[in-house]
Amino acid sequence: MSPYLHFLKIEPDKCDGRMKCMRVCPTEAIRVRNGKAQIIEEKCVDCGECITACPHGAIVALTDPFGELTRFRHTVALPSPGLHAQFGKEILPQKIVAGLKHLGFDDAFDLSLTCGEVSFAIQEYLRDYNGPKPVISNACPTVVRLIQVKYPSLIDQILPIDTPRELAARELKAKKAKRLGLKEKEIGTFYLTPCPAKMISIRQPAEKGRSSLDGAISISNIYGPLLSALEGVEKDSYEKDLKNICILGMGWAMSGGICRTLRIKNSLAVSGIHEIIKVFDDIEKGKLRDIEFIEAYSCHQGCVGGSLTVENRYLSFNKVLKLIETLEYEKIKACPDIREVRKKYEEGYYFMKGKLEPRPLKPLSEDLSEAIRKRREKGEIYEKLPKIDCGACGSPTCMAFAEDVIMRDSVITDCIFNLPQKFEKLSEEFSSMLEKSISMSGVQSPKKKNKDKKGKP
Amino acid sequence: MFCDDGLSQHFQIQGGDFSRAGRVSTTIKEILQEVGIDPAIIRRAAIASYEAEMNVVMYAQKADLTLKLTPEEITIRIEDQGPGIKNIDQAMQEGFSTATDQMREMGFGAGMGLPNINRNADVFWIGSIRGKGTVLIITFLLKKGGKA
Ligand SMILES: Nc1ncnc2c1ncn2[C@@H]1O[C@H](COP(=O)(O)OP(=O)(O)OP(=O)(O)O)[C@@H](O)[C@H]1O
Ligand code: SF4
Ligand SMILES: [Mg+2]
Repeated sequence: MSPYLHFLKIEPDKCDGRMKCMRVCPTEAIRVRNGKAQIIEEKCVDCGECITACPHGAIVALTDPFGELTRFRHTVALPSPGLHAQFGKEILPQKIVAGLKHLGFDDAFDLSLTCGEVSFAIQEYLRDYNGPKPVISNACPTVVRLIQVKYPSLIDQILPIDTPRELAARELKAKKAKRLGLKEKEIGTFYLTPCPAKMISIRQPAEKGRSSLDGAISISNIYGPLLSALEGVEKDSYEKDLKNICILGMGWAMSGGICRTLRIKNSLAVSGIHEIIKVFDDIEKGKLRDIEFIEAYSCHQGCVGGSLTVENRYLSFNKVLKLIETLEYEKIKACPDIREVRKKYEEGYYFMKGKLEPRPLKPLSEDLSEAIRKRREKGEIYEKLPKIDCGACGSPTCMAFAEDVIMRDSVITDCIFNLPQKFEKLSEEFSSMLEKSISMSGVQSPKKKNKDKKGKP
Repeated sequence: MFCDDGLSQHFQIQGGDFSRAGRVSTTIKEILQEVGIDPAIIRRAAIASYEAEMNVVMYAQKADLTLKLTPEEITIRIEDQGPGIKNIDQAMQEGFSTATDQMREMGFGAGMGLPNINRNADVFWIGSIRGKGTVLIITFLLKKGGKA
């Protein structure tokens, strides 16, 4: 078994082997064997593209059930800014935060102010930065995994500032433990997540360290109950939550949302994992060196397009824009104190505690000569293939198939273009079996036998 | 020795084909990753092969690129058919470029390509015949002695 956790599961009963997931997987981590999809764990970066692609809902994200709340004495919900994007200006964030408290959480904490704070901290970091450019944002755990797995040489370019969700959870745990006279581990911090990737960043942080979050609950699971809970929320009950609603941070859920808060000349926002791969390829070739900061979100349009959201990603992208306008109009705009942020920045408050290590894919062999030999063989097999990436063999591309022949369970005749060979072999086997059974039963060989419609003697 | 434990792969690069430019160096990078070369060396090889590939796309008609890989070294040989380089010493200088305005608009033409190859390679050889073409041999050492 792979030592890496994943929170995606394929339900074989629902899978009918259509290969849609296999075709969208950006890291070629899916194979279809015996009509069922399988994940090669080492290659998976948890982007969730397969969840969205599967027409049968056969790939499910394992997020935490509500029942997890009972494990703690006091629970806090930390909604991703992506949650607000589901509602837009119709239901303002402060009301949503209040609604969450009706759902069984003891408290709810909006992350937009912390996001704004982190935007300031990133500004501080970039101002004095003189390492290789561009610096790459770490807000999306899938992007961090992708770099660990496929772009290990870019690892030092990942922003070392902790994510708002982690910073807020850490702070909340400490403060609440003090105020309520509880131990930190008795306080449960739950992230309301737009994607399964956040689940992994909690259970198995990319940097070696511990997460301050205790679990993640899917936005799609909470959406329905939250809608009903919102009906019972009185306006004056949530006025006090306004102090945390910050328009700087509200945009973090959408692509471009971080860049717009940084006030730097040259930044770039990329979304969609396939696009990101192209951009990272370029960075590795030495391009884009004049870009200071790249904001990269694995999902198109940013977290508003996460696989566990409800609303259409383009609609929710728009909703965020409208929401920001509305908050501005209503003068709901808490803002972090820049001097305070600078002070905490100097103290090292914002920096990630653990270190990010690369996690490159296993080479074809640990022994270099052997690996080179296998790579040569792989090339030779590839040359025999039609190079049309039809996928009928259950591998995503002809190249991946060639590797599966060398490293995994495929045989060359699994390629339908090599099927005639297989038939030849089968028919040879069949006739030799026939010969054998005939000679054993002492019957004449079929050629010499006269046609007898009754069949077996 | 090479035949026993080596790999040799050929690629073609088309001059003027900006839309596909960079594919070959991406493939080279992937091959190196698959066999487990140190990421720092891969990055140097990726930068060098990309610069060489782009020079073909920008200045030559076409080229054959051969990647040779043994447990000792990576060798990338690019032989192009093109105008050749008039003055190699000058071309190797940082900032020297004959790129057109159009190329500059696309972000090329800083005159950093050849110097970058030289900086990243462990061994770099370049030769050119005017009116015929240019040959580059770029080597990265995998055992001791490399720049990594
Ligand atoms: N393969 C080639 N064929 C012909 N001329 C070349 C070739 N490679 C380089 N040159 C010449 O050498 C000059 C310097 O090349 P170099 O790669 O260092 O810079 P550049 O290509 O002009 O700019 P940059 O690589 O920074 O985009 C080029 O402008 C060109 O005149
Ligand atoms: S873009 Fe957002 S929703 Fe999508 S995987 Fe990354 S963090 Fe999750
Ligand atoms: Mg050049």
